Amino acid sequence: MDAGGAIEQVGFRNQLRARWNALPQEQRWTATILIQLLVAVGLWFLDHALAEGFLLICAVIWLRKLPPLPWRLAGQAALVVLLAIFAATGNALWSVPIVFALGFAAFWIPTKQRRWALPAIGLAVAILYPFFEEKLFTMPVFGVFPDVYTGVYMVVFVMMAVGLNIVVGYAGLLDLGYVAFYATGAYTAAWFASEQFPHTRFDLWDIGVIPKDLPGVHVSLWLLLILAGVITAGFGVIIGLPTLRLRGDYLAIVTLGFGEILPQIARNGDSLFGFNLTNGPNGITPLDSPGWGNTLSNATGGFLPANYLTCCKRVLLGHQIQSADVFFWTALVLLIFTVFCSLRLRDSRLGRAWVAIREDETAAGAMGIPLMRTKTWAYATGAFFGGVAGAYYASFKSATFPGDFFFNISVFILCMVILGGMGNVWGVIVGASFLAYLNQEGLANTGAWINSNIHIGSHHPNLDVPLYSSGIYGLIIVIVMLLRPEGLIPSKRVAAELHEGVHDEPAYDIAHGAHDV
Amino acid sequence: MRRFSVVSAIGFMVVALFVVWLGVNLVKTPTDFFQALLIGLATGCVYALVALGYTLVYGILELINFAHGDVFMLGGMVSVSVATSFGLSAGETFLWPLVIVVLLIAMAVCGAINATIEMIAYRPLRNAPRLAPLITAIGMSFILEDVGLAWKGPNYVNFPDVLPTSNVFSIGGVDFQWDKLIVLLITVPVLLLLLWLVQHTRQGKAMRATAQDMDASAIMGINVNRTISFTFLIAGSLAGAAGLIYSLYAQTVRFDQGFQLGLIAFTSAVFGGIGNLPGAVLGAILIGLIQAFNEALSWHAPGSDWTESIVFSILILILVFRPEGLLGERTPEGG
Repeated sequence: MDAGGAIEQVGFRNQLRARWNALPQEQRWTATILIQLLVAVGLWFLDHALAEGFLLICAVIWLRKLPPLPWRLAGQAALVVLLAIFAATGNALWSVPIVFALGFAAFWIPTKQRRWALPAIGLAVAILYPFFEEKLFTMPVFGVFPDVYTGVYMVVFVMMAVGLNIVVGYAGLLDLGYVAFYATGAYTAAWFASEQFPHTRFDLWDIGVIPKDLPGVHVSLWLLLILAGVITAGFGVIIGLPTLRLRGDYLAIVTLGFGEILPQIARNGDSLFGFNLTNGPNGITPLDSPGWGNTLSNATGGFLPANYLTCCKRVLLGHQIQSADVFFWTALVLLIFTVFCSLRLRDSRLGRAWVAIREDETAAGAMGIPLMRTKTWAYATGAFFGGVAGAYYASFKSATFPGDFFFNISVFILCMVILGGMGNVWGVIVGASFLAYLNQEGLANTGAWINSNIHIGSHHPNLDVPLYSSGIYGLIIVIVMLLRPEGLIPSKRVAAELHEGVHDEPAYDIAHGAHDV
Repeated sequence: MRRFSVVSAIGFMVVALFVVWLGVNLVKTPTDFFQALLIGLATGCVYALVALGYTLVYGILELINFAHGDVFMLGGMVSVSVATSFGLSAGETFLWPLVIVVLLIAMAVCGAINATIEMIAYRPLRNAPRLAPLITAIGMSFILEDVGLAWKGPNYVNFPDVLPTSNVFSIGGVDFQWDKLIVLLITVPVLLLLLWLVQHTRQGKAMRATAQDMDASAIMGINVNRTISFTFLIAGSLAGAAGLIYSLYAQTVRFDQGFQLGLIAFTSAVFGGIGNLPGAVLGAILIGLIQAFNEALSWHAPGSDWTESIVFSILILILVFRPEGLLGERTPEGG
């Protein structure tokens, strides 16, 4: 052990870990198996399905420790066959062995090909999701898999998290007011695709969704997405220019301030100097549903639906396509665009400048990176995707209320980025999907499971788990920051930074030179 | 020497406009003006107690302790529980000794909570990048908020109505009620005690030394961890005191009051110059006054719908134009 090893043994947790590592391998493995079996027995009394699921996961992890050929392959095949027998005898759904077989197959992809194969598989699963969603098995504790409505919600929040990741993960600027961008996007969509301004009349005839001569402005959502992105990005620049010269926690607080002011303007905006801008606490509703209009729909033979809400009579692969499915696929297209931009930006000159600023602002400035411009770009880009996501989500919900834009949402999105792994797009996608699912369905299902399965004597707890959602996210944030600050799927650079203990202690602020110091 | 710049010109304009607005209001409705002045003073005192907690912790760790506002909220909840179990009521013989006992209990509990939070959540991150403990603090804040929610439920909890609201004096229609005087009477001794503690005791000296240079103080034999724990203890007990005083004054407690008031108090701390104790008090009283003026004056006042926006605008303006605050020193974060 080198000198660093001695230091690592300080502290209760590290001492325990050192003692554990000093044991011979067989003892460690035996102990682990025994503990896992004990846990499984304990879980059996709570919920049979949970114990079975736990054992399955343990089995999968143990299989990975075996030598690949022939033992691991044989073990995995045996497991799948076992599950298939269960399915054939009616003890499990057929989706269980299929999911496991696909999962094992993914493990066998060579490391070199994983970089593109795993995202491609994930995308394929997501696109086909509406077709097999109803045939999936029920998870222990979490209950049924999310339905397609939740899927849309998840994809939208993944988009926002990927956008926030540009600001927080790439450039290292903590933004606690991301909800302001979401709100800007949502209100942009609401203003230009509803009857909010009845004295103005504007529509796009047959290219738009809404029949002629309705009061209000009615622009097609597809133009509005771009408009919302651009307006929000401009807004990000306006917020950024005066504040981005502040560093670290001061910047965080200022963004938080903006994140609080904007919803209040929305809330009080029913008479701004006598003008009804936001319709106050009642919000703007309904919004025009998205769609491609009759002209484009007819020209593509009905491939592009004229109106998403009244959409789709066709049956594909034995599945009646519903409007939620179309919303879901459109959201996926937007997400692919976001992820693509995010990845390309990361490797661009601008992206490398962001990382440089995150790692050492002083050094980056000294190397000639224009700090203000680079940071403002990070802000504007992050804001752009937040705005697009907000506009799409408002249009999906067909409403926008000031009550949707609380500080909680900012922290919720931040929590997604932190849980997934700051700076790593794939990590952020995983973290965001999981948390968005929890927020929409998972917590309610978990609560139902707790209330029906956990009891002390005959006393059942009557917990309203979704009520405590923000506390649960807080707990996730704290646990992740303490135990694994780089997140579930870390970016290597961020992990190194967090473990080295880099200090952001500038000698003086380069953005303004050494004056007044 | 400061150069004349557009930035300072705009800052000057904002202040000038505010003074003109106040002046016009003073001439138009002097009664309302002075009434608002007294209300603002009382609210400002409560803000000051919370703001001091932010400033103490920031001074020593350069950490915005987001959870502080929620410790204040828990202070209110502890006070409600203790006061209700004591059966506190207005006509009681031992009312004031009992209130003091409740105050001490709230201070002790909140001090302990705050020190525990530091030990669990912030100490392991002492050497991490500065944003890591900040993010943890936000997480802690949400956890504490939900502890309050689980404890007392989502509705307002009523505090026993014990403060007399009769007038101490009334001059020309301006009333000064007992409840405001009592708030002042509790707050001012606590503040003085704190100042004495920081400036004239051995422990206070250790705190100031640690704030200046943690490594050097450790070399000089100061137990840095204990000093930081002690700072959190003091900050927490101030929040506990504020929790009791606020619930005495407002007579309600709710799980989400900590977030709003915490942000306002933090703004006060930044306003006065974060890390500076008299600055925090000054900033808090100014913010209290601005809030009261905004809500009570009639000539072109935006009204209570806009209170938060005004407070946060002040925060943003201060951070942009004068990040060191009114009484603070220039920091590298500023500009």
